[in-house]
Amino acid sequence: MYSEVEGIEVEGSPVSASAVNTIPFDAGKHPIVEVRNLNAWYGPQHILSDVSMKFKRNRVTAIIGPSGCGKSTLVRCINRLHELVPNSKLTGNVMLDGVDIYGKQIDVVVVRRRIGMVFQKPNPFPNMSIRDNVVAGLKLAGVRDKKRLDEIAKNALQQAFLWDEVKDKLSNSGASISGGQQQRLCIARALAVEPEVILMDEPCSALDPTATAKIEELINKLSEDYTVIIVTHNMQQASRVADYTAFMYLGKLIEYDETPTMFENPKEELTERYITGKFG
Amino acid sequence: MNVRNILDKVWLSLAVAAVVVALAPLASIIYYVTVRGIAAISWNFLTHNFDQIGNSGGIANALEGTFLVVALASAIGIPVGLLAGVYISEYATGRLADVVRFLSDVLVGVPSIVTGILVYSAIVVSFPTPYKGYTAFAAGIALGLMEIPIIANTTSESLKLVPNSLREASAALGIRKWRTIFLMMANCLGGIMTGILLATSRVAGETAPLLLTALGSTQSFQGWFNSIETMTLFIFQNGTSGTPNLVEQAWGASFILLITVLGINIAIKLVTRRRIVFV
Repeated sequence: MYSEVEGIEVEGSPVSASAVNTIPFDAGKHPIVEVRNLNAWYGPQHILSDVSMKFKRNRVTAIIGPSGCGKSTLVRCINRLHELVPNSKLTGNVMLDGVDIYGKQIDVVVVRRRIGMVFQKPNPFPNMSIRDNVVAGLKLAGVRDKKRLDEIAKNALQQAFLWDEVKDKLSNSGASISGGQQQRLCIARALAVEPEVILMDEPCSALDPTATAKIEELINKLSEDYTVIIVTHNMQQASRVADYTAFMYLGKLIEYDETPTMFENPKEELTERYITGKFG
Repeated sequence: MNVRNILDKVWLSLAVAAVVVALAPLASIIYYVTVRGIAAISWNFLTHNFDQIGNSGGIANALEGTFLVVALASAIGIPVGLLAGVYISEYATGRLADVVRFLSDVLVGVPSIVTGILVYSAIVVSFPTPYKGYTAFAAGIALGLMEIPIIANTTSESLKLVPNSLREASAALGIRKWRTIFLMMANCLGGIMTGILLATSRVAGETAPLLLTALGSTQSFQGWFNSIETMTLFIFQNGTSGTPNLVEQAWGASFILLITVLGINIAIKLVTRRRIVFV
């Protein structure tokens, strides 16, 4: 059975498909993503405690904080990747357009299509060509139309500022290009499934300054059409790319505000100490 | 020369001696089988069925039998082994996974005669046919049972070598789990193919379970519910017959079996050399 979701055929049972359609698309009524009283564990380790925050549509929100503060876990709860880890547990809600993505009727596959993700280390599929990497999400959901896939691949690569660099070697392996290019390929791959939200988990930490600058430029551009939530350990990066910044410490959300306010006039002493480099 | 140097030399010569002891029998097997085997081989030998009386007989029915029995074994062993391997690596968690993995390891080490007696009592004795229940079918089942744990183990080990970051990349794109698993299998195809070839070559050389299931035959394939000849049974029966020309035929069959298994092993090497490398 196939059902239409934003023009993309999604394989799955009719039941899950109808559940999908209960997630409303009317923008503006709700924050695009809202986290409510979120608690998360890995085995006995309590990683997130009672985090609640709202993310604004078409804005870049940065999550900063020292290693182990739970910022990666927070974004992994937003696209339900957290549950892939054995012995993980979660309580609380994550709302996408006002609908709980952990609800019983919700198909996890559709959640992940609407909330894309870019990882810390570039992870293109090494056994696929550059072109096939970009359209992997569609191809593996049953889209077969070659012409359409070619078009989508070109579009996504252009959006990721990678098209000019790879247009002559689309059939080369996705692992054959440089690290920075691989990361932009992964961004193109995430864009190709047309998500509304893009999560980025320290997307530049494995890249050199030039590649980092390119990704940051790209993030600024992406926020015109997408909601971007980016985890970073680099405060300069947060101040460069983010409209809003959240500071986390020991699994708790300490402070969350517009980026200039956060960096120039933080309300919490902990935030100020972290931002001024006194710990972390 | 001080004591350390002497010890070093002694140690080296012991190691070399051990290698010679290990390789000498192997070399002599290959040498004898080749020399004595080639003498027996002719076009006639490869294309005619077994003949008790004259020198005109050959191994055509034995080759056919081995091919068919191994084919049935693989038809069972490959799909079940692959699915079991996928389960162990991708689905089983916690204690259950450990138990299944341990059982699979144990199964690989079960002596083949034990598998043979199991199939003998479960199938051969229970379903009497013209040849007292000895059937090609039972032989295929026995060898198939032996293939399953080998393929399951190599498949699960190969899948575990695929970096988790690729699984997460696939999941994050909204790719369904079973498709993700296919994608992961494509990333370790070399390892999986190796397991399949390894299992095939191992069972192609089995004799013990076949004595209890296939029985042997002087005729070509007579249907799955009839006894059947195989290469190893041909070697066993003729090699121990005491009749000189039949013994010579056993050497000929040994040579053919040896180069078949050798061929499969070379195929494994070729497959693994092209193994996909992760960057």
